[in-house]
Amino acid sequence: MKVAIVGIGIHPFGRTPELSGMQQGAYAARLALQDAGVRWQDMQFGYGGSYEGGNADAIGNELGLTGLPFTNILNACATGGSSLLAACKEIKSGEAEIGLVVGFDKHARGAFNADPSEYGLDAWYGEAGFMLTTQFFAMKLQRYMHDHGISSDSLARVAEKAYQNGVLNPNAWRRSPIDIETIKNSTMVNDPLTKYMFCAPSEGGVALVVCREDIAHRYTSHPVIVSAAAMRTRKFGAFEVYGPSVAGQNIPNASQLASRAAFEAAGLGPGDIDFAQLQDTEAGAEVMHMAENGFCEDGEQEHMLLRGETRLSGRLPINTDGGCLANGEPIGASGLRQIYESVLQLRGAAGSRQVAGDPSVAYTHVYGAPGISAVTILQN
Amino acid sequence: MNYEMPTALKQRAIDPTLFDWPDKSPALKASRCRQCGAAAFPVNASCMACGGDDVSIERLPERGTLWTWTIQRFMPKSPFSSSETAETFKPFGIGYVEFPGAMRIEARLTQNDPAKLAIGAQVALTFYAHRVDPDGTEVINYAFAPV
Repeated sequence: MKVAIVGIGIHPFGRTPELSGMQQGAYAARLALQDAGVRWQDMQFGYGGSYEGGNADAIGNELGLTGLPFTNILNACATGGSSLLAACKEIKSGEAEIGLVVGFDKHARGAFNADPSEYGLDAWYGEAGFMLTTQFFAMKLQRYMHDHGISSDSLARVAEKAYQNGVLNPNAWRRSPIDIETIKNSTMVNDPLTKYMFCAPSEGGVALVVCREDIAHRYTSHPVIVSAAAMRTRKFGAFEVYGPSVAGQNIPNASQLASRAAFEAAGLGPGDIDFAQLQDTEAGAEVMHMAENGFCEDGEQEHMLLRGETRLSGRLPINTDGGCLANGEPIGASGLRQIYESVLQLRGAAGSRQVAGDPSVAYTHVYGAPGISAVTILQN
Repeated sequence: MNYEMPTALKQRAIDPTLFDWPDKSPALKASRCRQCGAAAFPVNASCMACGGDDVSIERLPERGTLWTWTIQRFMPKSPFSSSETAETFKPFGIGYVEFPGAMRIEARLTQNDPAKLAIGAQVALTFYAHRVDPDGTEVINYAFAPV
């Protein structure tokens, strides 16, 4: 049995002072229900999550308290992916036919400041100044650039592409182009990453209506099939976020594990993917995630980016909606934004940023602390 | 009248599980699983590789090589806790130091000039006063310095 996505909704990302995170989630849910032509009362279950916006089941305060079984999911950057995964299992188990997946968030300005104790770490780790994801990505990237010959220009090209795609996305936060020189010369934040190479915590909401594939035609003329949804956590010895020590060499990380599991489940390989959304909390993450998800060998990114292969017009468009760099990162909503964008593209409804050639296979990937990753493969 | 002790007489390790302080020859402490041999820093009561609960404690070497690094250029929010303010904050170096036997540990670096940091460079263990607590106690943290 397969699961189909038959409704999608989004609240624009960025800053919306007049709405709580939860209200942005409810807004997205209304649009997703409307898109599928169903009522909230028709939902047989709900899964959703938010890191700082409150319990997702509270969208019932906006949509109506119907008594449906709603489970709150909190799984770091994989919150959205884990919610979709749980929904797929619910449907595949035969327990339910149709339900809602929602994610939203609303973060304060500035870098995240996580509490070490939530990650099984002692207080000193935070006091000493290690509790920053930006540092991890900078250090991982510094080594990657050293080992595989990636230049600062490549990082700037990734960011320039993201802002360019954001210009074409009415729901994006950053909608102005930024040129490569400006990106390279902006304030250095964590060497080798400058200000415009980082995304920022933001706000937004996304919702999906999912159902059993064989009844999808009731709700839409263009269902999108979830061919794989995989989530993995870190293995001992891998280089991951918030790791005071790394004991192994070349141990596959959470992204690599999730990616392999998803390709295996879908019976597909990287060459089958028409476009991809890859976690780009900073420009170097996208570069490294290209290889970790199997889309190139380590180091090939330099030429791929130079040739524009990951631009909208390229061989493998990446982060077609501007990614985290142009949308910011509301943790609970971010992974579902990738899925929203993928469905839009597969429907051929992405407007001025539509990937050419009737794309039929999409790939999404998130990665976050302390080493967790979710990957989905979606097909027409 | 001021009866406060000189601050240098009142010192403690930022966390007593990391290293002993004061100590004649302080070293970082790691745990090693007696069952599978996997090592972890800081000391963990259980083995993070196999889940075994029988670990021994060993001293890490004083010298290693810089595996990667960055400079923390903005002042982190809480839980970062130094005696600095937004006005006095100084960017600091941070990196992973690799020891023979492949273990890498995260560490503050005494150097914050990117021109003076290089992957593969030799670095040596040192200690610094990370902050002074309200009662005058100096809180000592470990760091690595280029040699």
